[in-house]
Amino acid sequence: MAGETTFSLLDPFRSIDLDIDGRTDGIKQWAIANRTALQPIKSFFDGLIGWIENLMQSIPPTVMLLLIVLVAWQAAGGRVALVVAVALVALGLLSPDAWSLAMTTLAIVNAAVALCVIIGLPLGVLAGKSDRFEAAVRPFLDTMQTIPAFVYLVPVVMLLGIGNVSGVIVTIIFALPPLVRLTSLGIRSVNPGVVEAARAFGATPRQILFKVELPLATPTILAGLNQTIMLSLSMVVIASMISVKGLGNEVLRAMGRLDAGKAIVGGLGIVILAIVLDRVTQGLGRSGRARNHRHWWQEGPVGLVMRLFHKSA
Amino acid sequence: MTKSAREDVIRCEGIWKIFGRRSRQAMEAVRSEGLSKTAIREQFDCVVGVQDASFSVKRGEIFCIMGLSGSGKSTLIRHINRLIEPTSGSVFIEGQNVNEMNARDLRALRAQRIGMVFQSMALMPHRTVRDNVVFSLEVRGRPEEERARVAAQAIEAVDLTGWESKYPDELSGGMQQRVGLARAIAADPTILLMDEPFSALDPLIRKQLQTTFMALSAELHKTTVFITHDLDEAIRIGDRIAIMKDGVLVQIGTPEEIVTEPADDYVADFVAGISKLDLVSAARIMQPFEQYRRTRPTDGIEAWPVARPDDKLNRLVDLAVGTDHPILVKDADKVVGVVGKRALLRGIQGREDATACQAEAV
Repeated sequence: MAGETTFSLLDPFRSIDLDIDGRTDGIKQWAIANRTALQPIKSFFDGLIGWIENLMQSIPPTVMLLLIVLVAWQAAGGRVALVVAVALVALGLLSPDAWSLAMTTLAIVNAAVALCVIIGLPLGVLAGKSDRFEAAVRPFLDTMQTIPAFVYLVPVVMLLGIGNVSGVIVTIIFALPPLVRLTSLGIRSVNPGVVEAARAFGATPRQILFKVELPLATPTILAGLNQTIMLSLSMVVIASMISVKGLGNEVLRAMGRLDAGKAIVGGLGIVILAIVLDRVTQGLGRSGRARNHRHWWQEGPVGLVMRLFHKSA
Repeated sequence: MTKSAREDVIRCEGIWKIFGRRSRQAMEAVRSEGLSKTAIREQFDCVVGVQDASFSVKRGEIFCIMGLSGSGKSTLIRHINRLIEPTSGSVFIEGQNVNEMNARDLRALRAQRIGMVFQSMALMPHRTVRDNVVFSLEVRGRPEEERARVAAQAIEAVDLTGWESKYPDELSGGMQQRVGLARAIAADPTILLMDEPFSALDPLIRKQLQTTFMALSAELHKTTVFITHDLDEAIRIGDRIAIMKDGVLVQIGTPEEIVTEPADDYVADFVAGISKLDLVSAARIMQPFEQYRRTRPTDGIEAWPVARPDDKLNRLVDLAVGTDHPILVKDADKVVGVVGKRALLRGIQGREDATACQAEAV
């Protein structure tokens, strides 16, 4: 025991016990005792995630596939749309229920990413504007990215129970930091001369943010979003340990049964989803010059429809 | 010109800008003990950007501030629209103290009464030429029709019609700076602040843009503060020139005064290479007629060529080439002075004619 060890200058730490683990456990016990307070929030998010999942499951796979391909075409151009189409067909062919599992995973990832954007974008803007705030959030971001997922898995489950909401929360903890970091970086790397010009022509701080800084930081912010999506996907297997369904659960179950075939189906499914989401979000970040200075509605399927209308009009 | 037309539009009084964490204390020390710049740097770890600058610019005047890089000229011009707060001193625009304005009034001043052009152009790459030009109207929430009308006018004024829906990176450097100029004049401001607008351009384009600017300036009659590191440009454009060195305004005067009466060696070095032909006037180099008549014969004076007092050396040379006589300087039919060959040659060299008062050997 710590108390019995005599103090030694050469090895002082062995004789000092601040009982940090015990105290933290005490906080946890208190939180669990009061966890009913969180129930309304939990059921709200549970409903929301369930609704997204139902929606994605209810759309027939062929229609869904076409929709995703159209979105990819619009966002990233024809070539990427072709890659996405091939990838999605491959995903469907992996196994008869692969598509439905993938949609479940996609629903969870969507919910997590949406919440990341809602939380991370304002934080990133603040961090980009204020050195002090950046210094304050940085250790938290470091912790979120490096602390092993199993450390926060247990307390989250104890507070909220197993299920989708807990899964989304652990995903957010891991996936949020790059969005905050890159939003901050994007705001910081906006050409100060342009911001000065905006000030010199009488723009308010709010106008500078929305008309100058955010538009110019968009490519960097989208790179952050891309990273957040990738990290969200990489959490699906860990999230499945707390009873989140989907492709991750397939991998987990296969591991338990040493079923290599099933593991490959789940694993490849995750990889294909990652490729699809990555290509689409990277396409969003193309600069104006890369798109030949055309507006988004002037190209892709929307551009095609618009042109048809213009011709007939 | 009427009296009101010559009022001061911009007046800067005793502007000091000290950069650094302890700029306030440094300023106190300057006030009470008159610390030198080196002492400020050593004792307070602060850098003096602008040191006690005072000047005023009259309505419609083009005021050039000339100095090498690091002389504090860009810092000084930013005090006028308060992009930089002075450590001490104040700026008045049409009698209003800019440093006492609240944020809303200051924004209105910047959007409506001051246009600014930057060396780096500072156009917004995500906006079309048109949307860049009417930015100041957009932030004030002006209606779309007004923006369209103003944009068309401003873009036409700088000769860019047809490029409205292009993006800045599709334009050459010279064209980009035209957009910058159009943006500055779009809101029809009283004042133009030009921060080395043409320095980043190659010489031919620079000359072109100077011409465009001078034509526009003559037409619009804006009060302008123009920063440059190029004395030729300052002389070409400026009604008056201020020479700035290490944060201090060394000399303020018309181009002719700067060139003929440099305040110190620094200015003298600068103006040494400048051609005096289009700057120095007959009035400056002539010998008063009474004095001349006492020492020299004035036979056949009817045949002497005649110039006006404000004729430049170039014109005098033209006159001198056709004759062996000295040149008479007449102001409204009254003979006021004489320019001899010697005085003319010395004038072109930029030196005083030491023997002007003595008899001129022919």
